[in-house]
Amino acid sequence: MEITLRHFKNGGIKMDIVTLARFQFAMTTVFHFFFVPFSIGTAFVVAILETLYVRTKNDAYKKLAKFWGNIFLLSFAVGVVTGLIQEFQFGMNWSDYSRFMGDIFGAPLALEALLSFFIESTFIGLWVFTWDRVKKGMHLFFIWMTCIGTLTSALWILTANSFMQHPVGYAIRNGRAEMVDFFALLQNPQLWFEYGHVIFAALTMGGVILAGLTAFQMLKKDTSAEAKGLYKKSMRLGLVMATLFSALTILVGDLQMKYLIEEQPMKFAATEAVYKTTGDQAPWTLVGIADTKKHEVKYNIDIPVMLSVLSYGKTTGAVTGMDELNQQMKEKYGTTINGVEMDYIPPVNTLFWSFRVMAGFGAWIILVSIIGLWLTRKKKETLYQKRWMLWVLALTTFTPFLANTAGWFITEFGRYPWTVYGLFTIQQSISPNVSATSLLVSNIVYFTVFTVLAIVMIGLVKRQLKNDPTQVQEHDYAQKILDPFDKGAF
Amino acid sequence: MSFLQVLWFILIGVLFAGFFFLDGFDFGVGMATRSLAHNEEERTQIIETIGPVWDGNEVWLITAGGAMFASFPYWYATLFSGYYLILLMILFGLIIRGVSFEFRVASAPEKQPLWSWALALGSLIVPFFLGVMFVSMIQGMPIDAKGNMSAGFFDYFNLMSIVGGVAVVLLSYLHGLNYIALKTLGDIRERARNYAEFLYWILYVGLVVFAILLFFKTDFFQVRPIGTLVTVVLIVLFSVLGHVATFKGNEMVAFISSGLTFVSLVAMIFVGMFPRVMISSISDKFDLLINSASSTSYTLTVMTIATVCLLPFVLAYTIWAYWIFRKRIALPAVQTSEVVK
Ligand code: HDD
Ligand code: HEM
Ligand code: HEM
Repeated sequence: MEITLRHFKNGGIKMDIVTLARFQFAMTTVFHFFFVPFSIGTAFVVAILETLYVRTKNDAYKKLAKFWGNIFLLSFAVGVVTGLIQEFQFGMNWSDYSRFMGDIFGAPLALEALLSFFIESTFIGLWVFTWDRVKKGMHLFFIWMTCIGTLTSALWILTANSFMQHPVGYAIRNGRAEMVDFFALLQNPQLWFEYGHVIFAALTMGGVILAGLTAFQMLKKDTSAEAKGLYKKSMRLGLVMATLFSALTILVGDLQMKYLIEEQPMKFAATEAVYKTTGDQAPWTLVGIADTKKHEVKYNIDIPVMLSVLSYGKTTGAVTGMDELNQQMKEKYGTTINGVEMDYIPPVNTLFWSFRVMAGFGAWIILVSIIGLWLTRKKKETLYQKRWMLWVLALTTFTPFLANTAGWFITEFGRYPWTVYGLFTIQQSISPNVSATSLLVSNIVYFTVFTVLAIVMIGLVKRQLKNDPTQVQEHDYAQKILDPFDKGAF
Repeated sequence: MSFLQVLWFILIGVLFAGFFFLDGFDFGVGMATRSLAHNEEERTQIIETIGPVWDGNEVWLITAGGAMFASFPYWYATLFSGYYLILLMILFGLIIRGVSFEFRVASAPEKQPLWSWALALGSLIVPFFLGVMFVSMIQGMPIDAKGNMSAGFFDYFNLMSIVGGVAVVLLSYLHGLNYIALKTLGDIRERARNYAEFLYWILYVGLVVFAILLFFKTDFFQVRPIGTLVTVVLIVLFSVLGHVATFKGNEMVAFISSGLTFVSLVAMIFVGMFPRVMISSISDKFDLLINSASSTSYTLTVMTIATVCLLPFVLAYTIWAYWIFRKRIALPAVQTSEVVK
């Protein structure tokens, strides 16, 4: 297969289709992934709240389930429409990649639709429109099915993503990767680290959003006593979820990191900005800026021995540097692929800082949630009087979005220069027949659409939050349909 | 060509047919929000007929796309990259339609018309460009030896493809009207029937033009004379049946008929294409064939097992959901006064 590079001169800026397609992929998935963990997390929150309602018969939980349910629905709507772009763009922008990977990639994607999207979309429709029209248990079943749909959809798409990070169960034949063992794909260790980490991160986000938005509500001056009571319940649940799931996210993240050292040492070295192989007691660079030309790190603050401890859980152990790994990879994969000069070092600063953003916010979230829980412990309700703490919680709402995006930056930029690790490069993946103009147009369209969606979404969430849970409206299907004993349309 | 390859070719057709049957009426209802309904109350009324089900219907398209990627990656790659800007429009339509349901409910009353416009416009764009895409596809597109398609404006937009686009829009609209007649009570139900009675006459004109163009602009009648003829006859037959049922006030039959018109249309395309999946206008040596565009038999086997196990459940709970929402929807004022006929 040949690679075609077309150049598009526009006001002196050189834009080739690879850059444009990469930018588009990054933009659309990042946007999609703002809403994905939002939906997964809040679906779970709503399911828990409704379960509490059904178990305790306390109307407070019903009001809360409806209140947060409305926020969940907004996120879900945007999640769905941005997901559509994801599915289409493999064919649109990455057609040679689709030819190479279709035999493997398509199956999880189709399974995701059959197994998860149908469940999600059907049961969410049932859930929204049948409040008080079906038995309580049945209605609860609807939201749990929706929740399960979101949780399993992640599994399938991550199966495809994990294959790209760590190909298994395939053979290269007829110029493409062909599947030889479907179950190997599902047993990919990369998948289970990724799935655990992503799901726990999404549930963390659910908790943080619940606690954070509740904090915004509590900061308002004129809250009725009833609403206050409801907010206390949300706050507790949000904080418990955030503590529990952020701990699990960090735990899995740590295991994932140790796995990464073995499987993708280059990515690991880049997240720690290690150019030269370290001595046996590796120091950890807390902050610094990598000079990607001179291959050294400037303005750095180092903590002695810490990198060995983080990587291997003991005080000794060397970390192989990028220069050495680059040399090894050049020997293994060649100095050129399809006539393109290869350099196997990924964008170091992006990885280095993304990791610090992700892990830093992870630590921040768990810290804040534990303090919050402490302040709301039995009988003591100091949290609700401490406005500064409410502000801290409110502002923390935004951190999981950043942590999630940073996480994907590590995973995806760290795979550079491959789309399928060790098998297929980014250069080879693009659609050779799509012009830079088309790509530019679509980038502009998506950018505009996303900007509008984001603004509207924020506006609508704020509008929802103008009400409090004691006065939520819902879809009024119930009032419009005929008496259930009448004859239906079919 | 193996059995599995043909099976998956058929299944892709089934998925697209299912998509047009189901989401087709969603598009029709969407367009009707700005053309049939007279006020926001009526808009809410008809939007609620599809509110609980449209998302599930759209998943048929997602599944069709995913299944095409999985079973015919070369087809997926050529089609999606070749129809770049058309698909961009389709996506744009699906996006504004998809968010409009939720955004409309959540908006302040004065902003709601904005979202019913988005719904109507999105519901118009999607079937039009899908029609253009499929109809230009069957005429053959400039596809080179590597399977890459580089088409110009007039490959996409010519008389036949535009007729095709308009026909799909019209058919969606009719299907939506039939659905509204079936699912509502009150003024709007009558109005939907009246509109449908009239619009079928225009559809006939469109169908005749389309059939003539099909004869001259594609090789369907040469390659598959019987299959093409049968499916064309079915398209006409179901249209007439739907029309008669509208006159007679048999709403269920009318609705099923317009759905089956769509199914026949998809069947015609897939029958005529067989054994090709994409037709090259440069040389028939460059046609993409079922045989060479598909995945390995291993992947197809995995997919077949999964589909056989899962599809019955999907169908079961989809039907169940429609059953739960089987009631007609009325405006609050009409609710007590009108008796169901
Ligand atoms: C970890 C989870 C995850 C990841 C990495 C992705 N998605 Fe996603 N996707 C979901 C989790 C999810 C979800 C939670 O299931 C969504 C988000 C909100 C929603 O409504 O469903 C969804 C929606 C969604 C939809 C619409 C489904 C519907 O109509 O119900 C499509 C077609 C895709 N996605 C496709 C993709 C593709 C092709 C991706 C790869 C680039 C991708 N998603 C990344
Ligand atoms: C799980 C499904 C996913 C798959 C199959 C996938 C696949 C891909 C592909 C094919 C590319 C283009 C090739 C490349 O530039 O390396 C890419 C790039 C990228 N993806 Fe993902 N991705 C997934 C999820 C995500 C998510 C959820 C995010 C972020 C929220 C993300 C962020 C990015 C970024 C930032 C790039 C650009 C990297 C670059 O230009 O090198 N990805 N991904
Ligand atoms: C200090 C704790 C954390 C550690 C050690 C950690 C570790 C990692 C590592 C090593 C990766 C890259 C995996 C790969 O490329 O294969 C990653 C990715 C990711 N991280 Fe974290 N992480 C932590 C906290 C968090 C938090 C708090 C969130 C979000 C709330 C988060 C969200 C993500 C996401 C979404 C990805 C991309 C998907 C994946 O590869 O799993 N992480 N994390």
